Amino acid sequence: MVTYIIRRLLMLIPVLIGMTLITFSIVHLIPGNPAQVILGETATGEAIANLEETMGLNEPYFVQYWNYLLDLLQGDLGTSLRSKAEISSEILPYIAATFELTFFAMLFAIIVGVNAGIISAWKQNSWFDFLAMLFALVGVSMPVFWLALMEQWIFAQELGWLPAYGRQDSRDPIAAITHLYVLDSLIHLDFARAFTILKHLILPSIALGTIPMAIIARMTRSSMLEVMKSDYIRTVRAKGSGQFLVIYKHALKNAMIPVVTVIGLQTGVLLGGAILTETIFSWPGVGRYVYEAINYRDYPVIQSGILVIAFIFVMINLFVDILYKKLDPRIKY
Amino acid sequence: MEDVILELSGLSTHFFTDQGEIPAVDKVSFRVHKGEVVGVVGESGSGKSVTSLSILQLIPSPPGKIVSGSIRYKGEDLAKATEKRMKRIRGNEISMIFQEPMTSLNPVFTIGNQMREAIRIHQKISKKAATEKAIQMLKLVGIPRAEDIVNEYPHQLSGGMRQRVMIAMAMSSDPSLLIADEPTTALDVTIQAQILDLMKKINKEEHTSILLITHDLGVVADICDRVVVMYAGQVVEKGTTREILKDPQHPYTQGLIRSLPKLHGREEKLYSIPGTVARPKKDRVGCRFAPRCEFAFERCFKENPELYQLGDGRESRCFLHTEKKGERLEDATTNT
Repeated sequence: MVTYIIRRLLMLIPVLIGMTLITFSIVHLIPGNPAQVILGETATGEAIANLEETMGLNEPYFVQYWNYLLDLLQGDLGTSLRSKAEISSEILPYIAATFELTFFAMLFAIIVGVNAGIISAWKQNSWFDFLAMLFALVGVSMPVFWLALMEQWIFAQELGWLPAYGRQDSRDPIAAITHLYVLDSLIHLDFARAFTILKHLILPSIALGTIPMAIIARMTRSSMLEVMKSDYIRTVRAKGSGQFLVIYKHALKNAMIPVVTVIGLQTGVLLGGAILTETIFSWPGVGRYVYEAINYRDYPVIQSGILVIAFIFVMINLFVDILYKKLDPRIKY
Repeated sequence: MEDVILELSGLSTHFFTDQGEIPAVDKVSFRVHKGEVVGVVGESGSGKSVTSLSILQLIPSPPGKIVSGSIRYKGEDLAKATEKRMKRIRGNEISMIFQEPMTSLNPVFTIGNQMREAIRIHQKISKKAATEKAIQMLKLVGIPRAEDIVNEYPHQLSGGMRQRVMIAMAMSSDPSLLIADEPTTALDVTIQAQILDLMKKINKEEHTSILLITHDLGVVADICDRVVVMYAGQVVEKGTTREILKDPQHPYTQGLIRSLPKLHGREEKLYSIPGTVARPKKDRVGCRFAPRCEFAFERCFKENPELYQLGDGRESRCFLHTEKKGERLEDATTNT
C-alpha cells in the first residue's frame, strides 16, 4: 500500500509539470505584449517597460519558466495586479469557501444518490425505482442556475425559511481561523452561529449537488443491478444471510468502484469553481475569484486560480485511485 | 420411509418471461435418504440447476416461481416456508456449493471474513471463536496453511482451493444435506478427483446427505448411490447408479451412456445424441425427447408419457415400456 502511494505520487510529477507549462503559457499566449495588454492601450512606454521588468518578461522563456517553477515550489503564486496582494494568501479564504460548499454539496449528493441507487436496484421496477429514476433524469437535465433561482424564490422569498445568499449573517461576521466557517464556529463553541452558517449552506449545496446526485444515483443503480446478478451474491444468500447484509455489505462494496470514480470526477468539477452557483448565491469561492479576475484582466490571478483548481483536481484523482485499492484487493499497479 | 431427508413431489418451477411461461422444472419428484448421495443428471437446459435452486428458494424471482408441488425437508414443506424460515434453513440445515468456484466467493472480502459470516449467521459465537472454527473447517477440507489462508483474498487461491473453501463454508454449520451444483465442472481432472474424494469423505464421516447436480456420468459412477435423469424439465429415469449405468431403460439415458468415450474399443466417431434439448414450452404435446429419439413412433408425438414403474424403485418415462415391454430397448442396449 505504501509503495503504491509513493509510486502514484511519483507519477504525479509529469502531470504537475504539464499543468505548470499550461498555466505558464497563459500569460504568454496573450496576443501582443502581455504588459501592454495588462496596462491597457493608453499606457506609456515607460510604464510598459517597468512592468516587463517586474514581471521578468524581458528574460528568455525558459528562464522565466524556471523562475516561475522556483516561485511555485516556494508557495509563491505571484501578486494580484488589482489588489497588489500576495495571491497565495489572498486565495485561501476563497478556496475554503469553495471547499466548504463542495463538501456539503457532495455530502448531499452521495448520501441521497447512493441510497436512491441502492433502493432502486433492490426494488427494481417498483414505483420507488421509477420515481427515483425520473427524478434523477430531471436532476441531470435541469440547469443549475434555474434550480438555484427557483430555490431562492420558493425557500427564501416566498417561505422565508432559509437565507438566499452569502456564507453567513453579514451583520455579524465570524472571526475566521480556518475560513471553513462551520469548523470555525465549532472551534469558537458558538453553536448558534454554526446553525446559521449551516442554514446558509443548504440552498447552494442542494443546487450544486443535484446534478452529481442524479449521476451517482443512476450509476449506483446500474452497478448494483450488475453485481446483484453475480455468483458470489447467490453464495451469500445460500449461506442464509439477510437481504440487508447481502446488499449493504457484499453488493455495495463491489458496486462502489465505478461509483467512486464518478464521485471523484464530480467533486473535481465542483471544486473547479461552480461559477453559476457561486454567483447566484453570492458565494465567495474560487470560481468567483477567477471570474472576477478575468473581468479585470488580472492575469497572475487567473494563472494561479487555474493552477490551484487543476492541482486540487489531480489530488482528488490520486485519492480516488488510493480508494480503489482499498475497495478492491485485486487491483495492482 | 423414516430416514427420508428430502422429498420433492410434483415440484414445478416456471419462469414467466416476455416469451411466455416456461416450465423449466415440470412435476419433478424424487427422494434423498439420510447419508445417501443422489445424482441429478442431464444436459444443459434440463432443469437440474433450477431444481436445486428451487429447494433453497434461490431462483431469481421474478421471473422464476415455484407454481406447484412440495419440497419436504424432514417433513417440513420448504416450498411454502417464509423467507425468515428459509434464512434459518440455508447454510444451516441445507448448504449449497456451486459450479464456478472462481466467481462464487466475493472478491473484495477475505476468506476468513466470508467464512466467519457463514458461521456467525447460524451460531452465536464470538468473532475469535468463529475464526478458529473457520481455520478448523479449512483444515478439515485439506487446505494447507489454513491460518494464513483466512487472511487472504479469493483471487490469491487456485480454483480447486476455492472450491475447498466453498465446501468448508458449506459444512461449517454441519448441515444435514449438501447440494452441490456441478461442483467439479470448472476444475482440472486431477482436482475434480480430489474434490469428489473430499465429498465422499464428508458423506462418510459426517453422514451428510449429498444431492449432486452434474452432467458428467463419470462423476455419477464415482460417487452417487442413486441417479435421477432429467430431460427438458422432467424426470425421465430413476434408479440406482449401478442399474442405470448397466441397464439404462430410457432412450435418453442410453444416449448419454453411449456418448461417453470408452478406453477399450476405439470408435471412429464418438456417439452424440442428435439435436439439442428442446426449450420447455407450456402445453407441449408429446414426449419431450421424441424429436431426438431414434425409437420414436406416432404415439410419442401425440401423448405425454408417464413415469412407468419398472420394479425395485426404477422408473422410466417412455411408451416403449407399455408397447413392447421394452423389447426394442433391450435390443438397442445390447447393440452398444
